[in-house]
Amino acid sequence: MTKISKTKYPNFKADRSNFPEMENGKPVIDLDSHKFTKLWQGPQHPGVTGNMSVEITINGDEIVHAKTHVGYLHRGFEKLLERRKYIQGFTIVCRICVPEPDTNEYCYSTAVEELAGIQIPDKASWLRTLNLEMSRIASFLMWIGGQAGSLGMGVIGQWTVGMRDFWLDLFEEMTGGRIYHMYMIPGGVRKDLPDGFVTRTRDLVNRTRELLFEIKKSFLDNIITKSRLIGLGIITPDMIDEYGIVGPTAKASGKEYDVRMNNPYLKYPELDLKMITLTGGDAFTRAEVRYQEMHQSLDIITQILDKMPMNGEIQTKLTNVINWKIPAGETYVKAESTRGEHGFYVVADGSKYPRRVYNRGASYTHAISVLEKLAVNTSISDLAGLMVSLHTCPPEIER
Amino acid sequence: MMSLRDIISPFSVWKRAAQKPWTIADPIKDRPGAENYRGFHKNDLEKCIGCGTCEDICQNAAIDLVPVEGQETDMGDSGLRPKLDYGRCCWCALCVDVCPTGSLTMSNEYTWISEEAEDFRFIPGADKKEWDNAEKGYKRDENFQLIDFERIPMHELSVEARSSSFIEMVKGYSKEQAIAEAERCLECGICVARCPAHMDIPEYIKAIREDDIDLAVQILYKTNPFSASCGRICTHHCEDVCSLAHNGEPIAIRWLKRYILDQVSAEEIAKILKDIIQTNNKKVAIIGAGPGGLSAAYYLRLLGYEITIYESNDKGGGMLRYGIPEYRLPYDQLDKDIDYITSLGVKINYNSRIGDEVKFDEIYKTHDAIFISPGLWNSIPVNITGEKLPNVISGIELLNKVTNKEEIELGDKVAVIGGGNSAMDAARTAKRLGADVEVYYRRRIEDMPADVEEIIEAQEENVKFFPQTTPLEIKKNGSGIKFIWGKNKMIYEEGKRPKPVLIKGETFETNLDTFIIAIGQNADLSFLPVEVRNKFETKWGKVVVNDSGQTSVEKIFSGGDASNSKADAVSAIADGHKAAIGIDKYLNA
Repeated sequence: MTKISKTKYPNFKADRSNFPEMENGKPVIDLDSHKFTKLWQGPQHPGVTGNMSVEITINGDEIVHAKTHVGYLHRGFEKLLERRKYIQGFTIVCRICVPEPDTNEYCYSTAVEELAGIQIPDKASWLRTLNLEMSRIASFLMWIGGQAGSLGMGVIGQWTVGMRDFWLDLFEEMTGGRIYHMYMIPGGVRKDLPDGFVTRTRDLVNRTRELLFEIKKSFLDNIITKSRLIGLGIITPDMIDEYGIVGPTAKASGKEYDVRMNNPYLKYPELDLKMITLTGGDAFTRAEVRYQEMHQSLDIITQILDKMPMNGEIQTKLTNVINWKIPAGETYVKAESTRGEHGFYVVADGSKYPRRVYNRGASYTHAISVLEKLAVNTSISDLAGLMVSLHTCPPEIER
Repeated sequence: MMSLRDIISPFSVWKRAAQKPWTIADPIKDRPGAENYRGFHKNDLEKCIGCGTCEDICQNAAIDLVPVEGQETDMGDSGLRPKLDYGRCCWCALCVDVCPTGSLTMSNEYTWISEEAEDFRFIPGADKKEWDNAEKGYKRDENFQLIDFERIPMHELSVEARSSSFIEMVKGYSKEQAIAEAERCLECGICVARCPAHMDIPEYIKAIREDDIDLAVQILYKTNPFSASCGRICTHHCEDVCSLAHNGEPIAIRWLKRYILDQVSAEEIAKILKDIIQTNNKKVAIIGAGPGGLSAAYYLRLLGYEITIYESNDKGGGMLRYGIPEYRLPYDQLDKDIDYITSLGVKINYNSRIGDEVKFDEIYKTHDAIFISPGLWNSIPVNITGEKLPNVISGIELLNKVTNKEEIELGDKVAVIGGGNSAMDAARTAKRLGADVEVYYRRRIEDMPADVEEIIEAQEENVKFFPQTTPLEIKKNGSGIKFIWGKNKMIYEEGKRPKPVLIKGETFETNLDTFIIAIGQNADLSFLPVEVRNKFETKWGKVVVNDSGQTSVEKIFSGGDASNSKADAVSAIADGHKAAIGIDKYLNA
């Protein structure tokens, strides 16, 4: 564990004589004064998965104000779901987050099952857990490529996205789809594992672990990474509750909160997991936490493959889904995504269609309020790295 | 925190520069799609019935049911086939999961290149694609289903209880059972085309699902005023073509219809329907108060005609009353249907056989139109010696006597000749009267025209079947008779129904008390004056009518068993409705 000093360059004294006056905690920016420049970072920017932009005002190369803009990706998922039968919904929710669709599928299906009073079979639970952990790996592999890329180290992204493709191959075998798996259907899962899947997964777990060690050597134990990420975007423990920060971003500031352990679901209680927390709260610590989570995920996948029964029902028989009505009620189902607590609030009114489906993803707070606060006083060249270190997924913001 | 190691360590991965790349040169050749990859659609046009369930479930509206060249509309096949729009499809494969016939599947094909945007709107199966014969690809897992293939079981009397009693054997659905059964419906409407009366089946099933009995009754009466009876004894061809029947059990359409009428009394029916009659002062006479005649009466009455029905028996219902035993259709249920029709002002003259007291010519002169539906009352003879013996009766005679509560002496051992529903009714009625019953039929059991469930129930009630037999002779034997019969072999010919041929030289004898003939009936048109009868165009013993039910004789319309070859209740009801519309058109032309 590295110890972090509060400022990156202790001997450097910035010239802030031209910085804006503050009024009620907000900077007074007069663009006509020619002291400030407004810039748009995004929506086309490799630093964020999806489309989002940050409107920044800079003085020199230092950011004095940042504002997050969304709306480039609004597809109206929540409204769409109100016009879809319960069974049709599971094909839509996965699209809320491209790199990690399965958490959405899990939450939606489980919410529908809770409202309809359905218990899924044991085997289906195991398969769902396996699917969620595989998707965690795939999502983190994508993230770490982005984090390295944002610092100008493109090669890491080539390795990890390449490795992610091998995981997508496994998804393809398991679910029939590479990106949108549409696997966890209300009532269970759609397919059992194909022959030889377990062997191929174990093999890929080993290969991924090897890659992770190399990433550790080349990216995390790298003087450039350290000099740029250490001290960047520090989240202090008191910010966590104030902003509602969750997931690895919170764990890097010492917060012990992970839905898999605090509110165990599926087969997590039967698996051996431990809470990974570090203190430091800067971008580098967050990268460390995620790196360790990836190792833990690989370990969980191995445990699942060891413990999962090979035979069993994969689905609780449903009534005819075309006429499927669900009794009135409401429920909130949450799960741990790679970005933190991810939840679905579903209201049923007794008809064939959900009355309301609300999705809460971690990105909402991370990419808007947290990013806007942390961006101030960072260098413009560090903003991309900061954005990725919060690991946001813009479609989650605009459901 | 930062050390020399951090400077050196990144160089340790230099070795990767010498590694082979992960990318493959030709992904199509080297890496085919996974076994159950959701690729492009395939459709087995032979299996597909064009039910449109795929269209229903598609949340992107990517599927349209369209006519396909060379694909004929048939009973149980809409003739339409799904057309995919790949600009809309999201490859969720819900269409594959809900396909009731299992015709729609996916290949594991990855790529499809075309310069024409229109190409990506295609009809799988009809527009030939290279992946049409791909074995791999997404298919519904056997352990996974999104539609319900299992019927809600119907509570019935036990075999012991029903073998000796005329109490109705089917108990009917409770509300919960009916709603659960109604929920299985896919609303494809394939059944509507098959039903002779074209009843709006998906709509009334929907009304049951929504527990709106009033609406359900209104829907039923639009096409069928005999729903209490049809809900019990209909030949339910609708269920034969039900899209769920291809891989499971069809919706219990008949029992659901019965459920609706079980919920309301005759008075309540009047309150629900609120039929208002505005008399138009035109008169129509109807001969025969069976289902055909009464349904014509009902729909004509709604149009304002004054109706007089002439019926030779002392009660209405025709074959429903005199040809169907009480354990299948209790008389009070039939009365419920008839009572509502008579309550609208339809006049029925019972015990008035045309030709005796009432003269046909007089009716012909005093009415604007006549609808004849006399039914089939003449039993077809077997044409063997001994048929005139006193111990030989016809099936219809037996059922008639039971309805009229006449004294019947069948003895201990009875044989029934025939394989239709009448033969089954006669056999099971004889069983209930305490006899040992044997059924003789010339073809195999699977060739019998009777409903499968009737055959199964008869077997359960210990009726013995002698298929592939030919009756040869009946001889008197003391107080009983001696029945001599031979065995048949089946001759198979390409494209034809197997033909039974008697094996010569081998005969069998059975001692019987009563011999019942139930091989078929034909119409008795003797009540008509000869000059009218001669003018009728007939084919296979049936009166020929046009699409409006009109015969070749002016002013005379015909329907029911005497005109249609199906000779079942629902066809007669459909005839009545059709003729009512035809008569209205004819008189207002």
